[in-house]
Amino acid sequence: MTTITALSAAPGHGLRKVKNNVATVLVTLAFGVALIPLVWLLWTVISKGYHALTRNGWFTEDVGTRTFRNPGGGALHAIIGTLEQVALCSVISVPIALMVGIYLVEYGRGPLAKATTFMVDILSGVPSIVAALFIYAVFITTFHGQRSGWLVSLALVLLMIPVIVRTTEEMLKLVPNELREASYALGVPKWKTIARIVVPTALTGIITGIVLGIARVAGETAPLLILVGYTDNTNGNLFSDGFQGSLPGMINAQVSNIGNSRSFTGQPIHNYAVDRMWGAALTLIIIVMGLNLIARFLGRFSKVS
Amino acid sequence: MTGEGTGEDQSGQPAAPLPPPSIGGESVDGPRHRRDDEDPRPDDAQTDVEIAENGAQLQRAGAPPSVVGSAEPLAVTILDEAPPVSGAGSIALGTPGKKVRIGDRIFHGLAAGSGGFIVILIGLVAAFLIAKAVPSIADDKSNFLFSRTWDVDGATLRFGILDMLWVTVLISLVAMVIAVPIAIGIALFITHYAPKRLAKPVAYIVDLLAAIPSIIYGIWGIIVLAPKLEPVQRVLYHLGGFHLFKDENVSLGTIFNGGVVLAIMILPIVTAIGRDVFERTPTQNIEAAWALGATRWEMIRLAVLPYGRPGLISGSMLGLGRALGETIAVMLILSKRGNGAPFSFSIFNGGETFASKIANNAAEFNDPKRTGAFIAAGLVLFVLTFAVNAAARSVVSRRKEFS
Repeated sequence: MTTITALSAAPGHGLRKVKNNVATVLVTLAFGVALIPLVWLLWTVISKGYHALTRNGWFTEDVGTRTFRNPGGGALHAIIGTLEQVALCSVISVPIALMVGIYLVEYGRGPLAKATTFMVDILSGVPSIVAALFIYAVFITTFHGQRSGWLVSLALVLLMIPVIVRTTEEMLKLVPNELREASYALGVPKWKTIARIVVPTALTGIITGIVLGIARVAGETAPLLILVGYTDNTNGNLFSDGFQGSLPGMINAQVSNIGNSRSFTGQPIHNYAVDRMWGAALTLIIIVMGLNLIARFLGRFSKVS
Repeated sequence: MTGEGTGEDQSGQPAAPLPPPSIGGESVDGPRHRRDDEDPRPDDAQTDVEIAENGAQLQRAGAPPSVVGSAEPLAVTILDEAPPVSGAGSIALGTPGKKVRIGDRIFHGLAAGSGGFIVILIGLVAAFLIAKAVPSIADDKSNFLFSRTWDVDGATLRFGILDMLWVTVLISLVAMVIAVPIAIGIALFITHYAPKRLAKPVAYIVDLLAAIPSIIYGIWGIIVLAPKLEPVQRVLYHLGGFHLFKDENVSLGTIFNGGVVLAIMILPIVTAIGRDVFERTPTQNIEAAWALGATRWEMIRLAVLPYGRPGLISGSMLGLGRALGETIAVMLILSKRGNGAPFSFSIFNGGETFASKIANNAAEFNDPKRTGAFIAAGLVLFVLTFAVNAAARSVVSRRKEFS
C-alpha cells in the first residue's frame, strides 16, 4: 500500500522521467562497455597475428632454434601438443562426465546424488592452478613421476568434467518422460532405455557440451606451467618425460622476449618472437572460438529444447 | 486441503457450505479471481455482487489475497499426486529375466560409481594438498598465516601468506567493483530494454568474452590495455589523500590494471546469472508495477531487482571465485615486488596473488619441502574458492526451492 501512495502522489513528475532516461542510457552504455574489450582484443590479436598465420610454414614447421632475431618458424609443435593433450583429456572426461550426468538425471536420489551435485558445482569452481597442483602432488611428489604432457591432460580432466556434466544434465532433463515410459511399456530395461532412447535423443545437446568443454580446456595455461616444460621443438609423444610444446605455452614462452629489440651489434631490429606470439594467440583464438561457434551451431539441431 | 484453505479465509461465517466436489471448481475459480484482481475495471463491483449471491464464494470475494493463497497450494497438491517418476516404470514393468537385471545393475553401478568418483575426487584434492602442505607448514619458521615474508630458497623455510592474501583479495575486489554494476546493466539491457530480436545476439556476444583464453587476456592486458589505462591511473593519483590510490611508481603492472582485465573476464559469468534471474521475475510483479504507473526504471527497482537480488549475489560470488583463482592473466600483468618491500594499501602497486605466485615459481619445484610451501599456498586458495563457491551455490539452491 505504501508504494501505491508513494508512486501516484510522487511529486516532480519530471524528475521521475529524468531518472528513467538516465537509467536507460546507463543500461545501454553498459552493453557498449562490454563490447569495447571484445572488439579491441579481437582486433589486436587478428591485426598482429595474421601475418604470422598466413606465412608459409606456420602449420608445418616448429620454432626450433630460432630466437627473436630470426624470422620464420611455425606453430606445428604447439598445435600437436595442444591437440594431443586435449584429446587424451577428452577421452578420459567424456565417459565419466556422461555417466555422472546420467546418474544425476535418471537415478539421482538420496544423499549420494546430492553430494555429487554439490561436488560438481565445487569442481566447476576449482581454479586451474589448484587442479594442476593436485596432479603434481599425486604424480610427481608422491609417485616421483616426471613432468610430461599426459599429466596436463589429467589436470584438464578436472576442469572439463563439470562443463560436460552440467550440459548433459540439462539436456537429459529436456527429454520428455513419455519417451521413457513408452520404452518401459515395451518391456525395455532401464539401462537400454537410457542408452538407446534417452541419450540418442539428447545427443546433439550432449555433443554441444563436450565441444564447450574442449573449448574450455584448450586455452588453459596454468597446468602447462606446473606439469610440463615448454619446448620449441616438435614432441609428439604425450608420455615422454620433460617437455612438450603447446599453444598457450608458446605464447607464454615468447612473453619474456617482448622487451628485446636489439641485434648483436646493438642495432634496433624487428622482434620476430613477438610476431610468433601473436600468431600463436590468433591460432588459439581460432581454435577455441571456432569450437564455441560449432557448439552453438550444433545446438540448433538439437531434438530437445 | 480445500477445507483447511477456505477455513483460513473465513471472516466469521462458517466455512462448511463449500461442497467437497468443489476441488475442481476452485482450481478453475482461483485463476479467474486473480485475473480480476490484476485488472480492476469499473464494472468490477458488479461481478463481486454476483459472486456474493453465492454463499461460499462470498468469503473469497471479500478476501482476494487469501484466495490466491489458498488456490496455489491446491495447484501444488494436484501436481504432487501425479509426478511423472522416470524410475518407477522399469521396476514395475522390467522383464523378470535375470540377464536384464544384471545389465541394469551394472549400468546403475557405473552411473552411481561415476557420481561417487566426483565426490571422492574432491576429497582426494583436499587430502593430497593437505598431506603435501602440512610438513612444510610445520617446518615454517615464521607464521604461516600472518607473516609477509616468502623465503623458501634457503635451508630454513620462512613463508607466510599475508601479502598474497591481500593482493588476491584486493585485485578480486577491484574486478568486482568494476564488473558487477556493468554486468547488472547488461543483464537488464538483455532482459528488459533490448528489443526481442536483439536480445539473443547481445547475450551471445557477451558469452563470447568467456570463450577467450585467459592467457590472451593477459598479453592483451599488459601490452595493449595497460599503457592506455595509465592516464586513468594518473587522474586517480591526483584524487589524492587516499592510501588506496597512492602512487607507488609502478606504471603498467598494477593491481588496478589486473583488476580491470579480471573484470572483463568475470563479466560474462555475472551477466549470465543476472540474465537468468531477471528473466524469471514473475510477470505479476512486473505488471503490478506497470499498473501503479511506474516508469521502466521504477518497475525494475520495484519488481526486477528485489526479485533478482539473491541470484545477483550468488552470481557475483561465482565471479569472485573465478577472479580469486585466475592465474595466467594476473601473472602476466602484475609486476612482482621484492621480498622486503614495504606494505602498501595502494591499488597502483605490483604484487603477487596466490595463483600467480605459484605459477611464477612453477619451474623451481624441485625438492618436496619447497614445493610444499607453494602447495600450502594452493591449499589456502582452494579453501577460499571452495568457501566462496559453496556460499554462492547455497544462495542459488535456496532460491530454487521458492521458484
